[in-house]
Amino acid sequence: MITHLLSMEDLDAEQIGHILDTAEGFRDIALRPVKKVPTLRGRTVCNLFYEDSTRTRTSFELAAKRLSADTLNFSAKGSSVSKGESLKDTAQTLEAMGVDAIVIRHEQSGAAQTLTRFVQARVLNAGDGWHQHPTQALLDLFTVREHVGRLAGLNVAVVGDVLHSRVARSVVQGFATMGANVTVCGPPTLVPASAPSWGCEVTYDLDGLLARTDVLYLLRVQRERMTEQFFPSSREYARIWGVGRDRLARLPDEAVVLHPGPMNRGVEVTAEVADAPNALITAQVTNGIAVRMSCLYLMLGGEQAAPAEPVTQATTAEEVAAR
Amino acid sequence: MSATTTLTLTGARVIDPATGRDEIANIVVDGERIAAVGDDSAGLRLDCDGLVISPGLVDLHVHLREPGGEDAETVASGTAAAALGGFTAVCPMANTEPVADHAAVIEQVKQLAVAAGRCDVHPVGAITQHLAGERLAELGAMAAVGVRCFSDDGIPVGSAQVLRRAMAYARTWDAIICNHAEDPALVAGGTANEGGVAARLGLPGRPHEAEEVMIARDLLLAEGLGARLHIPHVSTARAVELIREAKQRGVRVTAEATPHHFTLTEDLAGDFDAVYRVNPPLRTAADVRAIRAGLAEGTLDAIATDHAPHAPEHKEQEWGHAPPGMVGLETALAVTLTELVFPERGEPTLTLPQAVRALSTAPARSRDIDGHGGPLEPGAPANLCVFDPQAQWTVQPGVLVSRSHNTPFAGRTLRGRVVHTLLRGRFTVHDGELTDEADPDDGDGEPAVSGNLHHTGLGPVAQPPPAGPTPAEPGATASAPQASIAGQERAGG
Repeated sequence: MITHLLSMEDLDAEQIGHILDTAEGFRDIALRPVKKVPTLRGRTVCNLFYEDSTRTRTSFELAAKRLSADTLNFSAKGSSVSKGESLKDTAQTLEAMGVDAIVIRHEQSGAAQTLTRFVQARVLNAGDGWHQHPTQALLDLFTVREHVGRLAGLNVAVVGDVLHSRVARSVVQGFATMGANVTVCGPPTLVPASAPSWGCEVTYDLDGLLARTDVLYLLRVQRERMTEQFFPSSREYARIWGVGRDRLARLPDEAVVLHPGPMNRGVEVTAEVADAPNALITAQVTNGIAVRMSCLYLMLGGEQAAPAEPVTQATTAEEVAAR
Repeated sequence: MSATTTLTLTGARVIDPATGRDEIANIVVDGERIAAVGDDSAGLRLDCDGLVISPGLVDLHVHLREPGGEDAETVASGTAAAALGGFTAVCPMANTEPVADHAAVIEQVKQLAVAAGRCDVHPVGAITQHLAGERLAELGAMAAVGVRCFSDDGIPVGSAQVLRRAMAYARTWDAIICNHAEDPALVAGGTANEGGVAARLGLPGRPHEAEEVMIARDLLLAEGLGARLHIPHVSTARAVELIREAKQRGVRVTAEATPHHFTLTEDLAGDFDAVYRVNPPLRTAADVRAIRAGLAEGTLDAIATDHAPHAPEHKEQEWGHAPPGMVGLETALAVTLTELVFPERGEPTLTLPQAVRALSTAPARSRDIDGHGGPLEPGAPANLCVFDPQAQWTVQPGVLVSRSHNTPFAGRTLRGRVVHTLLRGRFTVHDGELTDEADPDDGDGEPAVSGNLHHTGLGPVAQPPPAGPTPAEPGATASAPQASIAGQERAGG
């Protein structure tokens, strides 16, 4: 079904729905005493991380291991990359070792797509620069669908540093593709003027938005943006676009709050919000593993696990595992 | 000096913007110079029916990478690419290693070009030491060895004070200042045109205002001083307007546009293929239209390539890590003809004579390059570009003679092919192939040209024999051995 997973732009509603449905089967594996299926036995998945990211790398590693794939972790620090090896050479070295899929995290936008030019292996984008982080959006869609029961028609507010956020691009496109009404909000310095072309609306007025928000998605705001004059101080940012107890109270009762982590408590979010009952932040982390299992399975599992049937026929991993 | 050779290029459409000539005519070349333009013929005849003869093309903006970047290009390989592109003069930029901020590097580049023998070079000197934008380089020392234009190339002189001083100081020689027009703070970190495409792709933007702010500033400074300013690679619609208004006010400004900026748009960043990364960045379709209009009305004087070779290991990187720039010498004429003169759809932007003016006459005049850009008249150096305006070819990066193959036009079928290039009467390109002139001292006397010569064999030509011994007697016809012709061309250098 999926050759490479590079961007939410590449997925239509049917494909997203299929990934989420498949993930539901995998979610329940985590509840078993033996949290493992043999689906990807004999396949090798490489986590190629040019940026530090403990949570994403760990999530992918667990996802691959629960599918019985062999995993190897390759981080730029302390490796041949720190000795000046190019992405092309690194990629071709990994391919020569026979990896079937490369999960890449890179600080440069487009690095995952560039990687596809160098290797035959499947490429899964685990975050590239400011560009895309598709599995983050998929796990967010999964989490909201699980808690709210639907995606179409929801009012989603994505708040914060949209300009520098790969999460924002993936999340806005993902929710819009699934039929939600998306509004992005933040200081004008951090919202691209062309954001409406992503299928969303733009406002700078968070308070005007809260009462009609079903899903409040808070983006990480890095403190270094302050020194680059995108806003004057984290205190002022928190006052105008941060969410604390008061703003949380103005959300509708059923509204949920998401954050991709890691949080800057005191800037975009306060401790009360992060720990509120309607904050789904730990559920996002839990679901991340199932969603990444789903993506790896759909990219790698189909041909080998069920050669007689197209993978799109297998609705859940349970069925596949049962065969 | 070697024996004088006489040759007549017959039957071509001769386009010479310097004189306004545009007619079918013969050009008689005697040794290094043009002997006649018109009905006369003398010596060997080279059939040019259906071809166009223009003054050799002149490129105001190239990077030959030597010294210091020889993995990407050398003066020899870059001038070979220039000759194949129909150029007889190019102006290499100062961002070499070491920087061309003193006369020694200028002299070195010129000597390498003379040794290669394929194209004249007129090096651009640095404005500031090490291109650092702080302390003026010794402009006088470089002017003394012939430098007419100073530029820190892709690094803008950010300080208005430093640039203004440079403009004032350069008036000593009435030399030209050329400043990369993007405000450094506004483009810091940027890798693509700021706008919808870059925002969607998550690429840091370079706003068009960065270019316009810098051009506006530089125009005002030049105007106040009466200094000469050249604006490189204009890429935005508003920049064209600013230059138009300045010219109307009488500011001494010239400007260039590149083939990539008048044909390609920011959408090409979409696959993150760094071959399309360039500064200033590829812009929007509206900007492309404005650049074309600027060329048509003459606001933009010249077409220049900004030929920027980069070795594959540098371009085959993540978009943000790859250096900006693309090669252009071997495709500039064909891209211009295909896109601006003979477009498949829509109205032409330029007539053929206008295109020749922008590729040859205007750039030569704008930089005081004598002997190039015409006029094509008796006594003038025979610096000529002979091209087939009909021939179609497909750009294959692997066959470019530039050491680097980072062309944005790979796979495109273009119309217009250089057939011959003559540098002071000597073929640097014959029948679409480089002549073997790279080592003029090897003296083996073997024919330099393997391709066919188009002699017409129209019988004896009533001309007195040229002075001195020559293997090809007057009246040589199609039966003349090709080797002798090639040998003469060789000796002509």
